[in-house]
Amino acid sequence: MITSCGRHALFGVSLGALATLSALPANADQITFVSQGGAYQKAQTIAILDPSAKKLGITINQDSIPDAWPAIKSQVASGKPTWDVVDVPTGYCLRGGEQGLLEKLDFSKLPNGAAMPDAYRSPYSVAYEFYSSVLAYSQKKYTAEAAPNSWADFWDVKKFPGRRALRNHPIATLEAALMADGVAPDKLYPLDVDRAFKKLEEIKPNITVWWTSGAQSAQLLNDGEVDMVMAWNGRVSALTKEGAKVAYTYNQGILQSTSLCILKDAPNLATAVRFLNEAVDPVHQANLPLHIDYGPANPKAFDTGVIKPERAAQLPSAPENAAKQALMSYAWWSSPAGEAAEKRWVGFMQK
Amino acid sequence: MSSPVQDLSVLHQRREQRLMLALALPALLVILLLVVLPVGWLAWQSVYHNGFTLENYRRIWSEDIYWRSFALTFQISLLVTLLALLLGYPIAYAASIAPKRWGIIILALVVLPFWTSVLVRAYAWLALLQRTGVINQLLRQLGLIDEPLALVHNTFGTVVATLHILLPFMVLPLYATMQQIPRDLMQAGASLGAGPMLTFWRIFFPLSLPGVLAGSTLVFVLALGFYITPELLGGGRTIMISMLVSRNVELYDQWGAASAVGVVLLVAVGAIFFAVSRFIPLDRVLGQK
Repeated sequence: MITSCGRHALFGVSLGALATLSALPANADQITFVSQGGAYQKAQTIAILDPSAKKLGITINQDSIPDAWPAIKSQVASGKPTWDVVDVPTGYCLRGGEQGLLEKLDFSKLPNGAAMPDAYRSPYSVAYEFYSSVLAYSQKKYTAEAAPNSWADFWDVKKFPGRRALRNHPIATLEAALMADGVAPDKLYPLDVDRAFKKLEEIKPNITVWWTSGAQSAQLLNDGEVDMVMAWNGRVSALTKEGAKVAYTYNQGILQSTSLCILKDAPNLATAVRFLNEAVDPVHQANLPLHIDYGPANPKAFDTGVIKPERAAQLPSAPENAAKQALMSYAWWSSPAGEAAEKRWVGFMQK
Repeated sequence: MSSPVQDLSVLHQRREQRLMLALALPALLVILLLVVLPVGWLAWQSVYHNGFTLENYRRIWSEDIYWRSFALTFQISLLVTLLALLLGYPIAYAASIAPKRWGIIILALVVLPFWTSVLVRAYAWLALLQRTGVINQLLRQLGLIDEPLALVHNTFGTVVATLHILLPFMVLPLYATMQQIPRDLMQAGASLGAGPMLTFWRIFFPLSLPGVLAGSTLVFVLALGFYITPELLGGGRTIMISMLVSRNVELYDQWGAASAVGVVLLVAVGAIFFAVSRFIPLDRVLGQK
């Protein structure tokens, strides 16, 4: 294809040095693993990556990027990807699989992945960890007895006056809007997109900020710029640890995951598969929440005894908390209807 | 028939030209590799997707979101340019007429923030302008307001921060032009009976116009491509063109559409430079002689 040649040429130019390096025979005992950086990547390094590397006797080189999707596309298009395994929002794994950017997984080589529930894996990916888009609020503004506890409360500006923020992205936001409009958490999909946008129009005048980064959402709440926000649970609990007067509820939270997938023609394919299986091992998985407030994707992690009951109560994927929440359907979001819904977003923001 | 002496000088000239070309070659090569090729690839990608197509451009033409963003981007850029001119002109004027040491201090104050990262300055404005920020706190303590003003997460905050970041690009060309205006002309005007205001408006101001045009062009063109500032201070609602480019890649996975937006912006900037070059030589915009 000519476009891919064009892309190859560009990469040859801008990443000349890197391309040369990757053209060297790959060391079978190492992989390059890419995650999202920050406290999250540090936590998984201690909990999962280092123990896995030790157990398998391999070297794990790390790279981090907040949004890996454009890089995955161009790396695979160049024909010589430098990354092996990526930890990305599950939707990217589904979309990447459809577009031929990822290796199809052989689950007979991935016993740990094969044992997980069907909803947690796809032919191209295995769920890695869970986080949740929750309703968080300032305790200075709302007392514990009179705190917002559902998306209907978030939308109720009379009963809960205050400034609000939502994510500048349709994913999870449309789900919240539908729950605010009375749709049950387990009856969300396929999303009624028109109804969701209509409900969003309702709250729009009361949204002070549409945030674009997780750090921003926490900052807004911490600075008192807003009183109520949809945010990722780990961001809010990090604030509470620093002593901020904020809280959140898992009620009607939207349970989301990142997954591991392997780039098409990855330089260290065989090692990458071994690593992927190891990364979702119940014990490694159970270690993750000891270092960060995200939940293991492998449900068996809760049976290992590593996670104490009081800790489990704080985690988004713990059975009790998961039951209160909606499980995001990445399959719907990567369907044509889902992509059409995404495309409406910028138009909605501009109006 | 030319004399041998002339031949020699022609030969000399040719050799000099060849030397010049050889000296310029590395720089030309860098431009070719890092500018011409990627831009060419960008343009190609905007019209080629499994065959030649103008679909991406048709979309820009027909879909509201592009029109709205282009309109907003030009409005904000124009507003920032005007404000930068209003603020920058007196600064440059003061720096050019003040005693040399003061002139340098004034310029240093303009240029110092210029060396601070754009990201840091955007966050600094956030700290100043937000609800619990320095300005709102101060106004509240002074009893001037009851409710905090909405100074940020909107177009206002975007314009303030963009203006601050781009002000040096207005002041420096203005100062350079003003430096070159001979002071004797003002004295001559005064000796003919004109007051300070009249000499300023009839002599100094017209002579400073190339600087005005140069600074305004720079600020306007740079503002057109702003990204971090509206992203952080616009509250999500101030969607400028550069943000549409990134949304197209990140959210919609449409590289062709993103490229097309980039090409349109590039052409717009090129057209602006061309228009400006009709009024003043471009070398006066890009660097003072």
